[in-house]
Amino acid sequence: MNETTLIGLFVAVIEFGTLLYLAALGETIAEKSGVLNLGVEGMMAMGGVTAFWAGVETGNPWVGLLVAAVAGALVASVHGLVAVVLGGDQVVSGLALTILGLGLAAFLGEDLVQERARAKFGSLNLGPLNDIPWAGEILFDQTAVPWLALALGVATWFVFTRTRVGLILRAVGESAAAADSSGTSVVKTRMIAVMIGGALAGMSGAYLTLSLAPGWSEGTTAGRGWIALALVIFGAWKPGRVGLGALLFGGLLALEPRLQTFGVEISPILLSMLPYVLTVGVLVLLSVRSRNRPSVAPAAIGLAYRREER
Amino acid sequence: MKRTSRMLLILLAVLAMMAAACGSDDEAEAGGSEGTEAPGGTEAPSEGGEGASDAKAAFIMVAPIGDAGWNFMHNEGRLGAEEATGVETAYVDSIPEGSAEFDNAVQQFIDDGYNIIITTSFNYMDATEQFATDNPDVVFEHISGFKMNDTNFGNTFGRMYQPRYIAGMAAAAASETNRIGYVAAFAIPEVIRGINAFTLGAQAVNPDIEVEVVWTSTWFDPGVEGNAAQALIDNGADVLTMHQDSTATGEVATEAGATFIGYHSDMSAQVDAYLTAPVWDFTPRYTEILSSAAAGNFTPESFWGGIADGIVDIAIPDGSPVAAEMKEVRESIINGEFDVFEGEIIAQDGSAITDADGNLVVDLQDSFGNDIGAVGDALNDGILLGMSFFVEGVIGSAEG
Repeated sequence: MNETTLIGLFVAVIEFGTLLYLAALGETIAEKSGVLNLGVEGMMAMGGVTAFWAGVETGNPWVGLLVAAVAGALVASVHGLVAVVLGGDQVVSGLALTILGLGLAAFLGEDLVQERARAKFGSLNLGPLNDIPWAGEILFDQTAVPWLALALGVATWFVFTRTRVGLILRAVGESAAAADSSGTSVVKTRMIAVMIGGALAGMSGAYLTLSLAPGWSEGTTAGRGWIALALVIFGAWKPGRVGLGALLFGGLLALEPRLQTFGVEISPILLSMLPYVLTVGVLVLLSVRSRNRPSVAPAAIGLAYRREER
Repeated sequence: MKRTSRMLLILLAVLAMMAAACGSDDEAEAGGSEGTEAPGGTEAPSEGGEGASDAKAAFIMVAPIGDAGWNFMHNEGRLGAEEATGVETAYVDSIPEGSAEFDNAVQQFIDDGYNIIITTSFNYMDATEQFATDNPDVVFEHISGFKMNDTNFGNTFGRMYQPRYIAGMAAAAASETNRIGYVAAFAIPEVIRGINAFTLGAQAVNPDIEVEVVWTSTWFDPGVEGNAAQALIDNGADVLTMHQDSTATGEVATEAGATFIGYHSDMSAQVDAYLTAPVWDFTPRYTEILSSAAAGNFTPESFWGGIADGIVDIAIPDGSPVAAEMKEVRESIINGEFDVFEGEIIAQDGSAITDADGNLVVDLQDSFGNDIGAVGDALNDGILLGMSFFVEGVIGSAEG
């Protein structure tokens, strides 16, 4: 282990953290409104394939990112239609969305598999900032996407805690009936939250195929969407804590192969289990704690809201 | 209200399944249509009265054929053999190992009159063996395993370590830091053999070369593969190679200004840093199987072919300073004058494995602790197939 390998590790931590954070932030927004969306993996895959396609066509990674956000939102709207508008089972619909997204992405991407990655996010060039030892390489030699993710995280925290929109969103997620009786449209609020969630998952997929591992092939998302889902629980539905969790889980992903180059012998299989072990641990803690305190989870999560059944 | 939503859910699920299935469906159709123009190669004796035309071959693949790796090369082999023999072929891909889908796919092909079944992933082995027992009239060939029977079930694999050795020569010549990074999937004999051969080849050019190995515990995950590759670059490697199914390692090499040695297929179209790659070519072997099975004289064997058989090879990069030496080694492997694992072999810890005559000086076990060789034995195929040690110059653990 030396300076170069340590810096390399931190760079990778931020990269994998960004990948997880974008998707987990989106899921946090959806779940705050009371909608559990288990389709993250599918939305990520759709974002990844459409972003890569747009990148190949236009040569511009930002167009790819935008296209992925739109694609993610569209796929998420299927979940919205079933689970929010029609009041279907959120778990079943979300799982179906994962299968749909993965299948559709594989189908759409068939001709992209051996395509050269023409559009990739380049490193930020911030002049003197890049020359700062350690921080320059770790923070400023990144692409713009991690910074974008950070900005989105701060914005989400601000909206959640400091704005009326955030209040409405949380009210819908805590008690849809109460929000409804105060004149808020539950369906509209939840639909928008789910679609924003999809857009962020799509962007996460775009970051994967345009920056972290440029290229497209079926299976590229490799279960990262599920880690993002666990991360939301780990972060107790708070944008800041989810962000810290993203760095922790991202760190585990980054460490997995790197520990070997540091000469540390831990089974990589054991390491890849850790995010889930940690999440189970946090779940246990949360449920023990919530015996005598209100739960941190949105109270209406997973519950369909149908006015006539109030 | 409730009923509508349930209907919609079912609809959605069906849609999802259709989308998932779509890929393989139209591929299979497209695949079968190409070999219909029966070629002139009518040397098949066809005494049974019906002729070669009723032979039909089906291929089962574990992952999408578009992966530029293992499955892609099997599909290339299928198309090549179809063209050479005129035997109609079809395939399905993305069939998980040890799954009901596998049984369904094989049974379906048999029911549809396919009488040659080729299964191309290691853990298809036991199920293929069972099918061979149950269907004595159908020819089965399994790729990358070791089981067979006396009548209708054989296996095929390639001595990939031969081109790996030559790839190591090219890598050593391209390295200035004397450090080569090797992104590897799992610590199994096939992969370990490749790493050792690669390292021996590299040391033949430059004895100071070190090959650092990082295990990913996955055949395909571009995220992990790229991360491992970057870790190797950070650790000083300026040439990267891999035993994986994606080109992620190549992307990292390009980004870092390093040299990339691929695997499976020619990746020059996708990766800027590409120099060369040990590649598979299943066409000759599949042609042999299809024509012998169609002629009714298929004889099962454990086929482990090398460069000489055309099943593996490597393109010699003209620009390499050791191009002439690489050509020479390739020739002497083909005509049997040189063997990658001949002569004295030193283990990672500096202890001797074989003496100058190539005979073991220690007892060897495979990774399960089974004895595969005793002092005095020659380093034979059995030892190669169970290889669980690294040679000197490899950095990393051979235990994964």
